[in-house]
Amino acid sequence: MVAIYGLYIINKSGGLIFYKDYGSAGRMDTNDSLRVASVWHSMHAISQQLSPVVGCLGIELLEADTFDLHCFQSLTGTKFFVVCEPGAQHMEGLLKLIYELYTDYVLKNPFYELEMPIRCELFEIHLTEALQKDRVALLGR
Amino acid sequence: MQFFGGSEISPSLPASTAAGNNAHMIYVFNRNGVCLLYREWNRPVRTLNAQQDHKLMFGLLFSLKSLTTKMDPTSLEKRNLGVPQLPGQGCSFHSFHTNTYKLSFMETPSGIKIILVTHPRTGDLRDPLKYIYNLYVEYVVKNPLYTPGTPIRFELFNTALDQYVRSLS
Repeated sequence: MVAIYGLYIINKSGGLIFYKDYGSAGRMDTNDSLRVASVWHSMHAISQQLSPVVGCLGIELLEADTFDLHCFQSLTGTKFFVVCEPGAQHMEGLLKLIYELYTDYVLKNPFYELEMPIRCELFEIHLTEALQKDRVALLGR
Repeated sequence: MQFFGGSEISPSLPASTAAGNNAHMIYVFNRNGVCLLYREWNRPVRTLNAQQDHKLMFGLLFSLKSLTTKMDPTSLEKRNLGVPQLPGQGCSFHSFHTNTYKLSFMETPSGIKIILVTHPRTGDLRDPLKYIYNLYVEYVVKNPLYTPGTPIRFELFNTALDQYVRSLS
């Protein structure tokens, strides 16, 4: 049921370190995805400044006309965000799962340099598995 | 075109009414980024002065809208990021929420932007925003003393707005 259009991971300084497109119309080129990622990083920071009460941690969900954007920020400042169909459920769980995969297959990879683009085969394999539609539905249980 | 209205235009001073409801504040901008109205009901934290705060809010909305247009997964035509758009052009957004607040946004065809900041667990506010726009039309646009593009200072509008926002759950 759930359609995910794209997944982005940005490091703590706003640089795109991972981008995967899952069939959105008019695919963005590399430069555009880098720009979109750093714009999101800034908007996330500005939204914290504009908070009327203390303790704001930035945008969690952006509801646009044709998609929803769910964002999860880890304690170290790495941001994970998915672009999905409006009203898609269980995205928080999915983002936590992706974070888990990231810690297991990227951070524990001795050849991975921190804050650099992710090129880890095992991470991609497990990610594809996690994003299979039936698996996302199971996260709700 | 004048973006970010001149320094002499400052919106009416926030009149705190301590309504005790879950709305924090409201902003109304015109298409040039002039803040026509700012009212707050419950805002314990203020990091910037009023004018800077309005500029930052308008900038956030402007950039978020160009971001959503760029990211729109259903349209084939992709324009460059940050190109100004006419009202109603491209994929817009209607709300976002953080752990501490929810911001609901509406843009009318004439470029008036209405922004309502509420408690994060508020429901869909698209219809209430339309109602607030109706209030604006009735009490401000139809007022012969109002000059378009200037800050709104009408007691009757403020009262009607406060009353309506307080009734929102």
